Amino acid sequence: MSIDLKTIKHIAKLSRISIDDKKAKELEKDLNSIFEFIEALNKVDTKKVDPLTSIAETSLKLRGDEVKTKNIREQILKNSPDENKDFFVVPKVVE
Amino acid sequence: MSKNKEYLIKRGNSEYEVIIGLEVHAQVLSKSKLFSDSPTNFGAEPNTQVSLVDAAFPGMLPVINEFCIKQAVKTGIGLNAAINKKSIFDRKNYFYADLPQGYQISQYKDPIVGEGSILLDLPDGEKKVGIERLHLEQDAGKSIHDIDPQNTLVDLNRSGVALMEIVSKPDLRSPEEVNLYIKKLRSIMRYLGTCDGNMQEGSLRADVNVSIRKTGDKKLGTRCEIKNVNSIKFMQMAIEYEANRQADILEEGGSIDQETRLFDTKKNETRSMRSKEDAHDYRYFPDPDLLPLELTDDFISKIKKEIPELPDEKKKRFVDKFKLTPYEANILVSDIETSKYFEDVIKNSDIKLATNWITGELFALLNDRNLEISQSPISSKNLSSLINLIKDGTISGKIAKTVFEIMANESKDPKSIIDEKGLKQQSDPKEIEKIVDDVIKENPKNVELFKSGKDKLFGFFVGQVMKKTDGKANPKLVNDILKKKLN
Amino acid sequence: MSDIINLTLSALIDKIKNKELSSQEITKAYIARAEKSKDLNTYITTDFENAIEKAKKFDEKGNFDYKLPGVPLAVKDLFCTNNLKTTAGSKILSNFIPSYESTVTQHLWDEGAILLGKLNCDEFAMGSSNETSFFGNVESPVGKKVVPGGSSGGSASALAAKLTPATIGTDTGGSIRQPASFTGTVGLKPTYGSCSRYGIVAFASSLDQAGPMTQDVSDAALMLDVISKYDTKDSTSVNFKRGDYFKSLSSNIKGKKIGIPKEYRVDGMPKEIESLWQDGITLLKKLGAKIIDISLPHTKYALPAYYIVAPAEASSNLARYDGVKYGYRSEGENLISMYENTRSEGFGDEVKRRIMIGTYVLSSGYYDAYYLKAQKIRRLIKNDFDEAYKSVDAILTPSTPSSAFKIGDKTDDPVSMYLNDIFTVPVNLSGLPAISIPAGKDKNNYPLGLQLIGKAFEEQNLLDISYSMEKELSFKNNLQDWWIK
Repeated sequence: MSIDLKTIKHIAKLSRISIDDKKAKELEKDLNSIFEFIEALNKVDTKKVDPLTSIAETSLKLRGDEVKTKNIREQILKNSPDENKDFFVVPKVVE
Repeated sequence: MSKNKEYLIKRGNSEYEVIIGLEVHAQVLSKSKLFSDSPTNFGAEPNTQVSLVDAAFPGMLPVINEFCIKQAVKTGIGLNAAINKKSIFDRKNYFYADLPQGYQISQYKDPIVGEGSILLDLPDGEKKVGIERLHLEQDAGKSIHDIDPQNTLVDLNRSGVALMEIVSKPDLRSPEEVNLYIKKLRSIMRYLGTCDGNMQEGSLRADVNVSIRKTGDKKLGTRCEIKNVNSIKFMQMAIEYEANRQADILEEGGSIDQETRLFDTKKNETRSMRSKEDAHDYRYFPDPDLLPLELTDDFISKIKKEIPELPDEKKKRFVDKFKLTPYEANILVSDIETSKYFEDVIKNSDIKLATNWITGELFALLNDRNLEISQSPISSKNLSSLINLIKDGTISGKIAKTVFEIMANESKDPKSIIDEKGLKQQSDPKEIEKIVDDVIKENPKNVELFKSGKDKLFGFFVGQVMKKTDGKANPKLVNDILKKKLN
Repeated sequence: MSDIINLTLSALIDKIKNKELSSQEITKAYIARAEKSKDLNTYITTDFENAIEKAKKFDEKGNFDYKLPGVPLAVKDLFCTNNLKTTAGSKILSNFIPSYESTVTQHLWDEGAILLGKLNCDEFAMGSSNETSFFGNVESPVGKKVVPGGSSGGSASALAAKLTPATIGTDTGGSIRQPASFTGTVGLKPTYGSCSRYGIVAFASSLDQAGPMTQDVSDAALMLDVISKYDTKDSTSVNFKRGDYFKSLSSNIKGKKIGIPKEYRVDGMPKEIESLWQDGITLLKKLGAKIIDISLPHTKYALPAYYIVAPAEASSNLARYDGVKYGYRSEGENLISMYENTRSEGFGDEVKRRIMIGTYVLSSGYYDAYYLKAQKIRRLIKNDFDEAYKSVDAILTPSTPSSAFKIGDKTDDPVSMYLNDIFTVPVNLSGLPAISIPAGKDKNNYPLGLQLIGKAFEEQNLLDISYSMEKELSFKNNLQDWWIK
């Protein structure tokens, strides 16, 4: 399975990473060699195998319905790139 | 279902039926969020109900709220649905300003609740609407576009609140059925206490899937999804617009593009949200920060025990035990608070009168003032007293209306009002006889006319007696005594 | 000064408890040495002034009953430390100051330890040579321009160069064990679920695990006692009965059965690695252990499976780095271009590569063929180990397929870089514990490590076996301090 430039650009868009044509070409080479290496998995028959979705063989721990975090707005907005003390601010979405 | 009740889109000689499926997002009633311990209250100052986990800081991890699981199971039981003992939480990956993690924790292939059903009371019988599934997922924050012209402001208070997504089968066929479905679903969840169904506050919203097909066709048409509609009225308008839009396209020989649309509440039309190229690829995979959820039989049966009497059962009981008509019963059970109020009143009062006063005067009052029954200025206790005072003849039904109005504005009990304003009904036959005699004496001409056949004049005499008694004469006694005296 | 920095952690603690050394003396010694070792580029952020303050406070009224009383430590810059910049080796977090502490580091401070600063690492823990950090390459004290391994390269280098008496790193595919092997130090990756992941910048959630990197095995046991604790804030944390690792350490391993997996003998394996392994087998026999040949048939599929699962989880975990809430933001005329600019400028090439791989293998149409398949392979690999553990107590393998290489040697070919992890990756995929101990040197005098893999939650066994081997091996790095200015 090899990946073409069009797919690379599509994946980049899905990942919200912009890449120029030069970068895309580099990635094409790298990704294809990585995928060649991954293809080895096709040699294994896994039809009757259950996927391993959790290593920790324990059941999901349930938490009580308690509020422990009240208002920590200052802390939440402290690292925001914008000065606004109430909201996070982002450029407008083009809908 | 009789054919003339069907909702159809007509174009020339063609007739299209409308197929509707709803994905309802219902906010779970819980103190804290689904995977974090911040509060869920509506209307708080922006970003004051946000934890480090909600804001997706580096290294933060989800820990599930047991109560939210219970609420979802409870709702599933209320929808007669299968509870899946094992379910998985998956990540739904996409980028948006109000989705801090860059993914939403949801359930994809293995939801917590499976197939169920809801019964709708249509004018011509019951209709069973299928439920496909119910799953738990995180709500997103809010993006505010209209405060800053250059920017979008993001409030994460709602980010992480537990939502139940309830997916119906495409069994709905008209805007009216959608109205009944949403109302019934809302009612069930309010009975269970799992969602408050407050659409103005956003606790209940729906994505509406609409497709059309020529009547008689078995194959489903291509559907469009109208996202995030937050009132029943808008849902109905959106369906109406969309069904017609699709019919126009098909009539011109075109085909429907499967797409996501928004309902524009200003223009009352649906418009396309995004082009096909930008279609989201959510790349679902099981969330590796969580393990599969496994419920025991014990856990589920404990919840079953907590299920109160639900609307359908209650309706049956009201009809069987209280001899209400199905129509009356329906009205009284549709909202849990109303049914509670009703049952309170009838503890000590006449059922028929209670039914009429609640569904008539009380509902009119609440509607007028835009109040919920839980905010009623007239308590069930006081209404009960009022009804008893009618029943025992202390006041007439007409006077009662006056008392009712006064009660609506002053928080007094009816007896005090009656005493204060001297509204007691005149029920002494001797007194009434005296007045009837006076009226007869004062109106000899009309007496003659009446005796000679003008039956309609009876009302005149009643009116005169009422006038002389300031309306307080016991109407039945007046009638009886007048009849006797005039004959 | 040199007395202090040459002490192992446990020896240091003894001297503190005996009042032979003060916390200030020790802290100042490590700081002084760090100031002279800037060329190694092990630190991203130092917190020396605060460290001295804390040491002063400890000397005044510290609790000597703590397990790490007044001990200064530097930690990998993947652990969020309250009020101290935490970057994960990335530009996108280069200005991020957490207002919270990771559970694992909190355990260290709760036992009296003092933070010296944050150590360099591969960006978002993605790398095997510490050559992907935004803050520059780390050099190994083992030789000029030699890589320390990765992703916990800064940790391994600082430890080997004696800039910290012990440290903690994280291991997703070998990021503790491989650098330990390259630098002649001890690195332990505990069983998945034993150390909390809360507050650790996430790379691959089902594989990440914090662990001690120390001068010797008993130090590792001591550190494990402190950091291996159940945490309700991490849903994958396991509540099992943890032993007293340090106290229970034993060098008697008579009768223990050690498995030698034939599949770890890979084509083209350097002779030195083969003979190192053989020496290890001989040593174990001498110590009374029984050697059993075993088979782990699906070993060769581990690395490809890892390079599907880890990038997939990473692509999702790194979606939060979008310039909205914290970290680096690059302007854009609308939201999408802001995201794209921020992430393209904020992430380095290796991270971008892995995000792309991850996004691709999860994308519509490919999920079954890649991600689901890799998760099934994982099951098979785990089954292999479960089967093997029916007849053995632990498994011995080399830690790495080679000794350390020079900076720049492998950066052109991602796959050759990935092959560094060939012996370590199966362990993460199955969630087992494993330790790397220095066992020899190659012809260039660079260290070589041996790996012991244990049964889930049975770290004591692993520590005992490596402890007894270590005694006999008497490995010494004998570094020449060539980098000291």
